Parts: sequence; structure tokens; C-alpha cells
Amino acid sequence: MKGRLQPLWQGGLALLLLALPFATDAALGHGWVRILDFALLYVLLALGLNIVVGYAGLLDLGYVAFFAVGAYCYGLLASPHFDLHWPLWVLLPMGALLAASFGVLLGTPTLGLRGDYLAIVTLGFGEIIRIFLNNLNTPVNITNGPQGVSLIDPLRIGPWSLGQVHHLAGFDIPVVVNVYFLFLLGVLGAIGLSRRLEHSRIGRAWAAIREDEIAAASMGLYTRNLKLLAFAMGASFGGLSGGLFAGFQGFVSPESFTLQESVMILCMVVLGGMGNIAGVVLGAVLLSVLPEALRAAGGLQQDLLGRVWVDPSNLRMLLFGLALVLMMLLRPEGLLPARARQRELHGQ
Amino acid sequence: MDTFLQQLVNGLTLGSIYALVALGYTMVYGIMELINFAHGEVVMVGALVALTVIQLLSGWGWPVPLAVLLGVLAAMFVCMVLGLVIERVAYRPLRRAPKLAPLITAIGLSIVLQQVAALIWGRGYLSFPAVLPPVSLAWGGVIITAIQGVIVVLAGLIMAGLLILVQKTALGRAMRATAQNPAVAQLMGVDTDRIIALTFVMGSALAAVAGVMVVAYYNVGNYTMGFMLGLKAFTAAVLGGIGNLPGAMLGGLLLGVVEALGAGYIGDLTGNFFGSNYKDVFAFMVLIGVLVFHPNGLLGTRAREKV
Repeated sequence: MKGRLQPLWQGGLALLLLALPFATDAALGHGWVRILDFALLYVLLALGLNIVVGYAGLLDLGYVAFFAVGAYCYGLLASPHFDLHWPLWVLLPMGALLAASFGVLLGTPTLGLRGDYLAIVTLGFGEIIRIFLNNLNTPVNITNGPQGVSLIDPLRIGPWSLGQVHHLAGFDIPVVVNVYFLFLLGVLGAIGLSRRLEHSRIGRAWAAIREDEIAAASMGLYTRNLKLLAFAMGASFGGLSGGLFAGFQGFVSPESFTLQESVMILCMVVLGGMGNIAGVVLGAVLLSVLPEALRAAGGLQQDLLGRVWVDPSNLRMLLFGLALVLMMLLRPEGLLPARARQRELHGQ
Repeated sequence: MDTFLQQLVNGLTLGSIYALVALGYTMVYGIMELINFAHGEVVMVGALVALTVIQLLSGWGWPVPLAVLLGVLAAMFVCMVLGLVIERVAYRPLRRAPKLAPLITAIGLSIVLQQVAALIWGRGYLSFPAVLPPVSLAWGGVIITAIQGVIVVLAGLIMAGLLILVQKTALGRAMRATAQNPAVAQLMGVDTDRIIALTFVMGSALAAVAGVMVVAYYNVGNYTMGFMLGLKAFTAAVLGGIGNLPGAMLGGLLLGVVEALGAGYIGDLTGNFFGSNYKDVFAFMVLIGVLVFHPNGLLGTRAREKV
């Protein structure tokens, strides 16, 4: 298959990915490994959104809602809040499945209609779910309202808790590194799945729908169900990352699931290159490290101008918005374009 | 019964504002079949510009009605320019692009507008000076405040004006022609680019007025206020039948009433399980309901896609 890496490169990449957390930990400390962990989580989210936006060409503006569903599913069923402590291997698939069913619920009324409706309905859903999370603490306390759910059980695989330091052959493996490997596993699985999907019958049907829905329908594709499948599949990636997030963070609250997060994930996909796995990974890594760079920008303003004129979080969103606009105008195929996408956009 | 009438009055006020914003969505949709996601942010910018001007002028001791008038005019001017810029930057270059592209630029642009507004006006709430005397008309158990009266009457006048413009004038005819078939309209001598730009400008002017009404009604404004408002106004436009002007007006009024009545009665209906903090959910339920059962909306005609 074209696009597959040579064995030598594959080996090198594998070594790099294995060594990366240790090297980062030694050179920059736990904090940066944590950033790596989050970068991987965002890669997973961006890959999920890529199925919806990149493969099927549907715009989901409330993707973070599915992330929230997964996170709360894990948080509520593995914490002292209800005094339930379900294991990881039940909760992660359950979160993914739950998110997918929300996707189906949301997609069913809208996916038969024009694409714009899906965009605005998902935009609304992203906000609505936050209203529910914030308010479902009275009269029956389900979500614990704005305070969120805390003391969530750490990720644990069988007897191995990833929430504690392990000693292996004289090495100390800190928590952030444990988690790194779990997340890496998730990301690799997602990449494998995405690749297989892209070139499968379903993937080709999605491409047909994306390029011309009416033509695809007249060729006998049942477009609504195919779109629904893409939407649910993307949502399930979101639910899975939500579960991982909750277990890693040990705490979830409605604040983590704002429109800004959805926009950030969308920005990762658009910036990297819609429909191209390598591009999406690149976009996700770049944009999840960006806030750290911007934090430095805050300090720089303080030093140069005497005060912080543009607050870093504000600047971050401003850049995301600008990136979305500029990418669409100047380089709609993204930094690392998918080959098919480039042909579509530059019409040959 | 009093609660019912009172919520009806509140709902109609809110509905008039939704209707004005919904007109902006529906006009743009009618003419180029796309949803202008940045429209809600235009409302926000209009509201905050007007607030600033009014605060400034009344601080200088200018008479209040004059300050308000100038505030509204300033807001309309800024928003019209903004509408023009949005059309030029986000939509015109992408008219031939795949469908996803203008949707993404529009959401990007609305994020940019929000953040720029946060930079200019800060993240706090701006308050509207007490302008209209807090007169109210008590009628039975129902209280109608002066500001509610002004909002409903003014919105009614503006909408009537818009309908006359679209139905009776040459400009309106050009707009309708462009909406029906831009290529043919162009052959008949209509400058469709200009008409599209003008549609954005007109929608933005309405948005500015609506923005001022919102801050006058709730007394506060904030850089995030455009988001929910935009979503609700869009719902109103879909409810009435997107692309249909009287539909947007009807949809706006209906949505306002549904929301007010819903917020007033939800506690009683659900045994206090859900309270009025769920009021923002109603618009969303209405949107989903319309899309499931009657996607063409109340007055809409066709929603079939063109090949």
C-alpha cells in the first residue's frame, strides 16, 4: 500500500515514541510529560473528529459534548460519588458506546437534511449538555453540578494501577509515563482503525458523499445511514478519550467541556489537513503544545511592555479563529494534505 | 392566568428581538443558501458599541434620548461595516468552494469577533444606564414595562418596513430575483454581488438594533452574549421556514413565547425536577422537533437541494 513507511523508518519511529517520555522526563520534568499525555489525548480526539469532518465531510461543532459524555460516564461509575468502582475495561467501551448513541440520537433528525443543520445542531448540543451537567445536581444529585466529580479512580489495568510509580529493572516509571503508554496504545489503535476505515468500502462511500452527496445517493449509497455511521464512529472516539481523560485527571467538571475545546479540536483537524491521518496528528500535537508557548508569550509581554495586554487564553482562541479563517481561504487542504483532498480542492 | 399572560407579554418582547435577528439569518440564507454563523456575534458587537457610546455621551451630560439615538446609529454603522467585511472575507472568496469551507470560516470568524470583543470590552459585564423611566402599565395582574412596549412596537415597525422594501421596491425585486436564480438575475442586469453584500449589510443593521434591544431589556451586555442569541434566532428562522421573511418573524415570536411559557411552567410541570435554569434548552428542543417533524418550517416551501 502506498504511504506505508519503510521498515527502517517504522523501527526508528517506534524507538522514538518509546524513548520520548523518558527523555522528556529527564530533560524537562514531569510537567512536560503531562503535556505529551494531553497531546496524545488530543490526537485521539482529533482523529475521531477527522472521521466526521475529514472523511464524511460533515461539520460537527460540538464534538466536545461526546468527550464530556465519556468523561462523565467514567467519572460517575468509578468514584466515591455513587460509591461505584467499575473497572476500566467496562467503562471505556461503555463510554464510547454511550457517546456513539448520543451521536445517533443527534444525527438521526439532522443527517437527512442539509449539512448546515448538523453544524448548528451540534453547536447547540455542545452547550445544552453543559447546561445539564451544571444543573443536574438538584433535586437528585446526579452530576454534582458545577463542582464536578472528583476523586475518580485512577486508570488501572488488572492489578496494574497507572496512578502510582512502578519500578521496572531498576527504573522508576512515573505516573505520567504509565499514562503516556496507555494513551499511545489508544492513539495507535485509532490510527490503525482510521487507516482501515479510510480504504474500506465504507471509507470510499464517505469520500463519495463528501464530494457530491446527490451523485453518491444516485449511485445507490444510502447516504443517511452512512453519514450516521461516520458521526457515531467519530463520537465513539470522543467518548473513549473522555474516559481516559477522567481517569487520568481524577476530576471532571462542566468547565472542561466548552465550545472553545470543540473549536480547538476542529482547528487541529483543519490546520493539519482534513482527511489525512498524519496531518491531523501533526495539527493536534502542534496545537496542544501551543498554549505552553503562549504562556511564555504572556511573560514576554510583561517584560517588554510592562503589562500583559493580551491574556494568553484570549490570544489562543484568537489564533484558533484566525487559523480557521486563513486556512480555509489560503490552504484549505491543511499543512499536510490528503492526496485526494488536494485534488478535490484544486480541481484537476 | 396572570402568570400565563405575564409570560406571554415577556415572551412577545423576547420574540420580537429573536425575530429581528432571525431575519438576518433568513435573508442571507434565502439569497445564497448558507448559514451565517457569525451573525450572533454581529448582534453582540452592535450591543456593546451602543452601550459604550451611550455610557460615554450620557457621562458628558448629553440628554439621554439623544445619547441612545446616537448609540443605536453608531451600532448600526459599525455592524453594517462588519457585515460587509464578513461577506468579503469569509463568503465571497468561497462561493465556489466545497460546502464545508464557508461553514468553517464562519465559525472561525465568530470566534475572532468574540475574542476581539473580549480584548476591547473586557470579560466583565457592561451595564446599560437607566434610560427609559421605569414606567410600567399594570393591567389586571399583568405588568408591561415601557421598555417592553418600545421593543415590540419598534420591532414591528422595522419588520413592516423590511417587508415593504422587499415586496414593493426595485431593490427588493432585485433581491428576490437573486434569491431565485442568481445567474438569470445577473443576465437581467442585476448586480448580484452588490445585492448579496447589501443583504449582509441590511441583516447586520437589524442585528445592531436587536443588540441594543437586548441590552436595554436585560440591562447587561457581555462578549459572549451573541452565541445563545444567535442559536435561538437561527432556531426561530428554521421554525418559520428558513429563507422566508414572514416566517422568521412568526418563528421569532413563537419561539419567544414558547421559551417564556416554558420557563414559567417547567417547575410545575416536572414537579420541580427541572427549573427555569433549563430555559435555554427549549429553543434547542424546538429546533430538533422542527427538523424531525417539519424541516421546511411553518411557512417555508421547499428545502430540496439543487443539483
